[in-house]
Amino acid sequence: MTRAALMFLALLVLPVRAACAQEDVRPEYEEKMEIGISTDEIAISSDFRGADLTIFGAIDGYDPSLLAQGKYDVVVALEGPKDDSTVRVKERLFGIWVNRRSMTFELVPESYSLSSTRDIEAIAPAAALNGIGVGIQHIKLNPVGFVGDGSNLSEFRDAFRRLKESGGFYQRDPGGVQFISASLFRATVRLPANVPNGTHVVRAHLFRDGVFISEKALPLQVMKTGVEQMISNAAYDNPLAYGLLSVLLAVVTGWLASIVFRKE
Amino acid sequence: MVTVYLPIAELSVNIFIILGMGAAVGFLSGMFGVGGGFLITPLLIFYNIPPVVAVATGANQVVASSISGAITHFRRGTLDVKLGTVLLFGGLAGATVGIWLFSILRSVGQLDLVISLLYVVLLGVVGSLMLWESVNALRRAAKNQQVTLRRPGQHNWVHGLPLKMRFKKSKIYLSVIPVIVLGFGIGILTSIMGVGGGFIMVPAMIYLLRIPTNVVVGTSLFQIIFVTAYTTVIQATTNYSVDIVLAFILMVAGVIGAQYGVRVGQKLRGEQLRALLGLLVLAVGLRLAVDLVVTPADVYSVVSAGIYR
Repeated sequence: MTRAALMFLALLVLPVRAACAQEDVRPEYEEKMEIGISTDEIAISSDFRGADLTIFGAIDGYDPSLLAQGKYDVVVALEGPKDDSTVRVKERLFGIWVNRRSMTFELVPESYSLSSTRDIEAIAPAAALNGIGVGIQHIKLNPVGFVGDGSNLSEFRDAFRRLKESGGFYQRDPGGVQFISASLFRATVRLPANVPNGTHVVRAHLFRDGVFISEKALPLQVMKTGVEQMISNAAYDNPLAYGLLSVLLAVVTGWLASIVFRKE
Repeated sequence: MVTVYLPIAELSVNIFIILGMGAAVGFLSGMFGVGGGFLITPLLIFYNIPPVVAVATGANQVVASSISGAITHFRRGTLDVKLGTVLLFGGLAGATVGIWLFSILRSVGQLDLVISLLYVVLLGVVGSLMLWESVNALRRAAKNQQVTLRRPGQHNWVHGLPLKMRFKKSKIYLSVIPVIVLGFGIGILTSIMGVGGGFIMVPAMIYLLRIPTNVVVGTSLFQIIFVTAYTTVIQATTNYSVDIVLAFILMVAGVIGAQYGVRVGQKLRGEQLRALLGLLVLAVGLRLAVDLVVTPADVYSVVSAGIYR
């Protein structure tokens, strides 16, 4: 059922431009990109074990000779809801391991799934990727508050990326975007098993010969369904009623047990 | 393997392991007349349930495991409601302060450590005392000696305190200060550790406050039920950490296990069982201590502020 819900097919009717006349007037190409997914909402149940999300897109207004040489690259990222994230490091104190130093990064995506035509380090220079925050190694990690001389910044950033990747929250697939015709591409991004609930953003970036030229974003609502999510929603949305219900359940269970076992 | 997803702990667990834990701890609590919260919470932590959830859910589970005992004591009239209410005053205040501390510790990332440390100290002390007491009892039994208990009813410094109040059911005239302080301390333990606290409250009431033994258990259960119920609601509203699915599995297995525990406990010899429970409690404490000392697989950890979503 989950799988079925994730079968996306979106074909875009591409605006066919009359390219013939433009070529002599304007030698500069102004590439445009469009992307599409079949839905802006995904419902997943609690037994969800991860799935692929397919995004279709098209480049328009491209330079045919560059396209033929494979100079166009597409990077598609599925960014999870953003939140502040704190990295802590344990150190030995009187023989026991204690959380000592920490750093909080401002509004980072809880999950991040990246798919590209080839390894993104080969697509564009690191500085360009840092500038737009594309790629697990280049995502913007701005610390909150005073961080001193910033000498331990890279320590915490590296730890953050490593933990997110090993936890399956951050993923990359350097062959996940494929051209299915001259200008039409298909991107497959992985939704991790522990995908967070909330508004995700599908963000596609177009590069021409290592230069970032265009970006397109679409929102995607991830909604968890089922009894478990109903319980979770109740706990967060109506905490008082939820707490009272938990107590009531305990009282009834204890009371019933005393009745059932009383005779013996 | 039959897995069940715990919506608040946000992980899938084997339902039989949780049922087994609940039944085993319920059995022990029935056998020894203890609440079992001080065993449930560490066991849940060993099974990778986040300590935040383990503590809040443990408090919820104690409500169920204490209620039938309290009903029985109320029927028999071995429950001093007035004394229980004074204890409860302290308990509710303690639980409020405790949850405030809990939230602060959580936000600075020291909650897991403090929970583990408190358990290591508590289980170490309780386990050692149980073992010591039961080994001494066994020795006396071997030598056929008379048990020499200090008689309750003698006065100590506690009885010189002001603000005295008459508790008719307990047939005692006692200052409310030590009662409230005791309730307060237990309330803090309930909120930070997810225990009822009977194993501390009962000895303190008997030996420190010199309250007659017949009303002690019922009165402490009265206090425990209200403080754990209050803690459950406050944990649910401030930390969103009560897992109702986990709590329900534990309480069903627990109340059934307790019934069998009571029957077995009546047939077997107390000293040897107490020695065994003492060893078990020490083992659980030791295991927690080892986890604090052993170098962790990863010294780094990451948490999202979005625990509140």
